[in-house]
Amino acid sequence: MTEATTEASGDVSIVETPINLNFSYTPGVASSRFLRSIEQGRLMGQRCPKCGKVYMPPRGACSMCGVATDEEVTLSGKGTVCTFCVTRIPSPGLEAPYVSAWIRLDGADITSMFLVQECDPDDVRLGMRVEAVWVDDADREPNLGAVKYFRPTGEPDADYDTYKDYT
Amino acid sequence: MTEVLVADHAIEYTYTRSTGPIIGAFMTALRDGRIVGVRASDGRVLVPPAEYDPVTSEDLTEIVDVADEGVVTTWAWNDAPLAGQPLDRPFAWALVKLDGADTGLLAAVDAGSAGAMSTGMRVKARWADERVGSIRDIACFVLPEAGSAGKAVS
Repeated sequence: MTEATTEASGDVSIVETPINLNFSYTPGVASSRFLRSIEQGRLMGQRCPKCGKVYMPPRGACSMCGVATDEEVTLSGKGTVCTFCVTRIPSPGLEAPYVSAWIRLDGADITSMFLVQECDPDDVRLGMRVEAVWVDDADREPNLGAVKYFRPTGEPDADYDTYKDYT
Repeated sequence: MTEVLVADHAIEYTYTRSTGPIIGAFMTALRDGRIVGVRASDGRVLVPPAEYDPVTSEDLTEIVDVADEGVVTTWAWNDAPLAGQPLDRPFAWALVKLDGADTGLLAAVDAGSAGAMSTGMRVKARWADERVGSIRDIACFVLPEAGSAGKAVS
């Protein structure tokens, strides 16, 4: 319902107009299996039978080769920061500053976006090694909220050649 | 056989708009239980009011009172209202040319059935119980003789 704000004269000068879009989302077979895997605390990808690339999250097909991807691959949950952004404006549920990063999981051939926490935002860098921090077993649901964030592993930075195609 | 998940998703966002003098006058009048339009360069009264002249593009400034009843110029029956629409039962979307206006205002007509609708029929605004300065202050339009029947969604 529209809310109106009045100015000193009593005239309406500002209106708030909410927009609501409600829909039923069906993720499909591949994503459903992925969502069940993260509910179990496991990051699952799929390998293309033609080019061999591993997609995480899987979409059931290789967009480059146009073939179905059936082989499932469980990833370790460790990866490398390939690109990141420090946001200094708070978002709902996130205090500023926070770090969003494109992370190439070990064994995956595409990057996925996650938060990086448990470190100073100024310390985040390309090549930083990170690992998934999961929501407690009992509280995990089949959505990406099951991964709270990634945190530094303390390992030496990855060799540039391992992520240069993903920056 | 793989289980396929389904989830309800909602996207919600709220625009905060400054109304400017013309739309502000329209909203202020609605809050007062009145409907106003604006006079265009060719003398027509536009309802809802436009900020700029549709022919010359000049600023429009002359606010004009119009009636809260008028004539249906065209309509379409909505048999299955969606959440958030003006009424929770089948109704007509109609362009209503209010007395004193030269253009149609898009509004819901609580006619009961499509058979009760006709182009040229007269309708009258049913005002919301609580008016806040919104187009929703006009709950819907009703047949003049049925002004007190039924109950609009608040």
